[in-house]
Amino acid sequence: MRVGLVVVSHSAKLAEGVAELAAQMAPDVGVHAAGGLPDGGIGTDFDAVLAATQAADTGAGVVLLYDLGSAQMTAELAVESLTDPGSAVVVDAPLVEGAVAAAVAAQGGSDRAAVAQAAASAGAGDGARQEEPAAEQRQADRIELTLANEVGLHARPAALLVRSIAGLDADVRIRRGDDEADAHSVLALMSLSARKGDRLEITATGSQAGEALRRIEDLAERNFDE
Amino acid sequence: MGCGAAEMAALLRAGAATIERHRVELIDLDRPIGDADHGENMNRGFAAVVSTLDTAVPETPGGVLKIAATTLISKVGGAAGPLYGTAFLRAATTLGDAAELDPPAVLAALRAARDGVVARGKAEVGDATMIDALSPAVDAAEMAEANGIAAMLAAAADAADKGAESTTPLVARKGRASYLGERSVGHLDPGARSTALLLRAFAEAVG
Ligand SMILES: Nc1ncnc2c1ncn2[C@@H]1O[C@H](COP(=O)(O)OP(=O)(O)OP(=O)(O)O)[C@@H](O)[C@H]1O
Ligand SMILES: [Mg+2]
Repeated sequence: MRVGLVVVSHSAKLAEGVAELAAQMAPDVGVHAAGGLPDGGIGTDFDAVLAATQAADTGAGVVLLYDLGSAQMTAELAVESLTDPGSAVVVDAPLVEGAVAAAVAAQGGSDRAAVAQAAASAGAGDGARQEEPAAEQRQADRIELTLANEVGLHARPAALLVRSIAGLDADVRIRRGDDEADAHSVLALMSLSARKGDRLEITATGSQAGEALRRIEDLAERNFDE
Repeated sequence: MGCGAAEMAALLRAGAATIERHRVELIDLDRPIGDADHGENMNRGFAAVVSTLDTAVPETPGGVLKIAATTLISKVGGAAGPLYGTAFLRAATTLGDAAELDPPAVLAALRAARDGVVARGKAEVGDATMIDALSPAVDAAEMAEANGIAAMLAAAADAADKGAESTTPLVARKGRASYLGERSVGHLDPGARSTALLLRAFAEAVG
């Protein structure tokens, strides 16, 4: 049972395209497109949004993303008209990056709040961070590894990595050279542009830090199942 | 004259007729600062409201407003759909199952409509939206409460006309027009215009 997603757009093509892109990285997540007017015109169709939201809910709730302001209003109205308005949430997020981040989080088994959070924070910090984390003193587990797979930390391997540590109580960060990224965000990992042969430093804190590092090490040893 | 379900239905029919007459004007207002669909959106929605009322008129004024709200939400398709839909829905909820409306009930409904649009669209007076027409209209109705429903609606319509005019020199800060920034200056907001048109039609239908 995973959180479902609804992409609300003024354009049917845009909604379908975003849903297609997001679903590619999350094979088990229901990503529903609700775009355009019934006659094919540009606009948002309340009935379609409501139906998509109901269809997307398989028991774990729904996160809705939207393109322009009035799509937000239609989406919020649809959520308010559900029998249980608490089962769905409209999230203010960049549509494309937000949908991909939400799909990956949902695939990893995150709950509705965490999926919404993943969407909302997508694109905000544009991935790789330059600044040092403040609490350097904090005891962190640490490993180093060299990427041996062909494509490096590209979309699919990055998604696998995020999924492998989803749900663990561990805050994991990956560093390549001067760039550091949150290992819980596919987009952040991709923005490291780590390629075959690159050396990565991985640090983790939290009660399951060791387990998180072990899983990432396993994955790298298996060359991300390439 | 009382204001029951039949009168409320007549009000909405009058509103629909105005929107149909001003369809092209609303489209033309929406062209330079939007996507030229406001007249089409509103006409599609209100024509559907009339068809719904042709099949059956609910028993209370609140019931009539509620059916208008759900029809507009389904049929309008642009920003105006969720906004007017929320306005009518909140007004309907406020009226409950009262069979006849008195001035305090009408005022409460107008206030609920304005609060609904603000809650949905987060616009303030001065953002160059329908709120610039609706908000002063509700204030004017409040001042006229002692003079009866017809006077309240007439005062609301006058204030809405002025409020709509006031959007022309403003920079739009909500909706599609806000993407134009300074270039939205010099244009009357289509949603403010449609709000003023509807209130005028309501006032004339009651008066
Ligand atoms: N956030 C808002 N708050 C209040 N009024 C708004 C808001 N956004 C838009 N409006 C009103 O809606 C009117 C435009 O309605 P219209 O039916 O043309 O929708 P639209 O903007 O074309 O919608 P869409 O972007 O979905 O196509 C504006 O003139 C303005 O009065
Ligand atoms: Mg428009």
